[in-house]
Amino acid sequence: MYQTNQYEGMIAETVTMKGHNGDTINAYLARPLGGGPFPGMVVIHHAPGWDEWYRECTRRFAHHGYVSISPNLYFRDGHGTPEDVGAKVRAAGGAPDARVLGDLDGANAVLRSLPYVSRKVGVFGTCSGGRQAFLAGCRLKGFDAVLDLWGGRVVQSKEELTPNQPVAPIDYTKDLSAPLLGLFGNEDKAPTPEQVNQHEAELKKHGKSYEFHRYDGAGHGFFYYDRGAYRQEQAVDGWKKVLTFCERTLR
Amino acid sequence: MCTMIAHQVKLEGRGKSGADWFEVREANVSYDHPYDLPLEHALNIDFVNEAMGPGARVAVELSVDAARRLVESIQAVLAQADARGVLEDIPLAAAKPGGAPSAS
Repeated sequence: MYQTNQYEGMIAETVTMKGHNGDTINAYLARPLGGGPFPGMVVIHHAPGWDEWYRECTRRFAHHGYVSISPNLYFRDGHGTPEDVGAKVRAAGGAPDARVLGDLDGANAVLRSLPYVSRKVGVFGTCSGGRQAFLAGCRLKGFDAVLDLWGGRVVQSKEELTPNQPVAPIDYTKDLSAPLLGLFGNEDKAPTPEQVNQHEAELKKHGKSYEFHRYDGAGHGFFYYDRGAYRQEQAVDGWKKVLTFCERTLR
Repeated sequence: MCTMIAHQVKLEGRGKSGADWFEVREANVSYDHPYDLPLEHALNIDFVNEAMGPGARVAVELSVDAARRLVESIQAVLAQADARGVLEDIPLAAAKPGGAPSAS
């Protein structure tokens, strides 16, 4: 808990990093000042784009003592406003899972190369980023905590599979290699409460460490203070759950 | 996006973004998260020119009802123009100076 006589500072800036296939992409890196060691956090932006909320979120994790990096998963899709680039990716059916995983692996490697990062790194995502965080926890090595916030399409029917997202993440549940936190709104349509239940049943079946929190009166994206979906009470509680989970799994 | 329901149609037209018009070559139609409309999902249409970069975009976000009424209105207007014999159902290139020769 912060005390008013405590020193606090951070550095936050755009950096470049190596992503999937060794491609150079940009990313936003925020770190607390000091020698650490601090745990790390990879912050995954939502499908609508690499926008301001994710840079704020990256700084928020740094404020709470995590060296955090948010890779621009749409770097290869051109540059412009986050909305214009996001709309382009929306039309293309979203970023390919394989490329996203490569970029997240690269972001993890950046954190682990920094002398002030401890040996523990988490991955956090909302919306499609929640799905991708879960996917990363199953498909990649080296994440110590996975935070899936209202990740839609973890459960996918065969008809919903696409060339960019060819496998439903729920099918990888047996490979999940880190504790999972899930936050969901009970009024969400993607994922629906039934899909969240399906996912939970699969986690139980494979004996995975997880905690799911479901919020009444909340739908999709209830942390986004700039959207009508924002739910103050649920968001405040949700952030507490996020930070408590990180303290337990990454410190 | 969270539904990934999107179609692209190649087309010819012009769009206005800010003060300037640009050549529209594609329309991206999706049912997914809108950016500004206060709904979880909407029918989104982006008129774009991919060759000009992501900023060449005229965007609309519609409720399902609005989208259906728009489709009906487009069909009705085209049918009315056809009935009056004023429908110019020819490729844009043919209508440009130096395009395809006219029948006369």
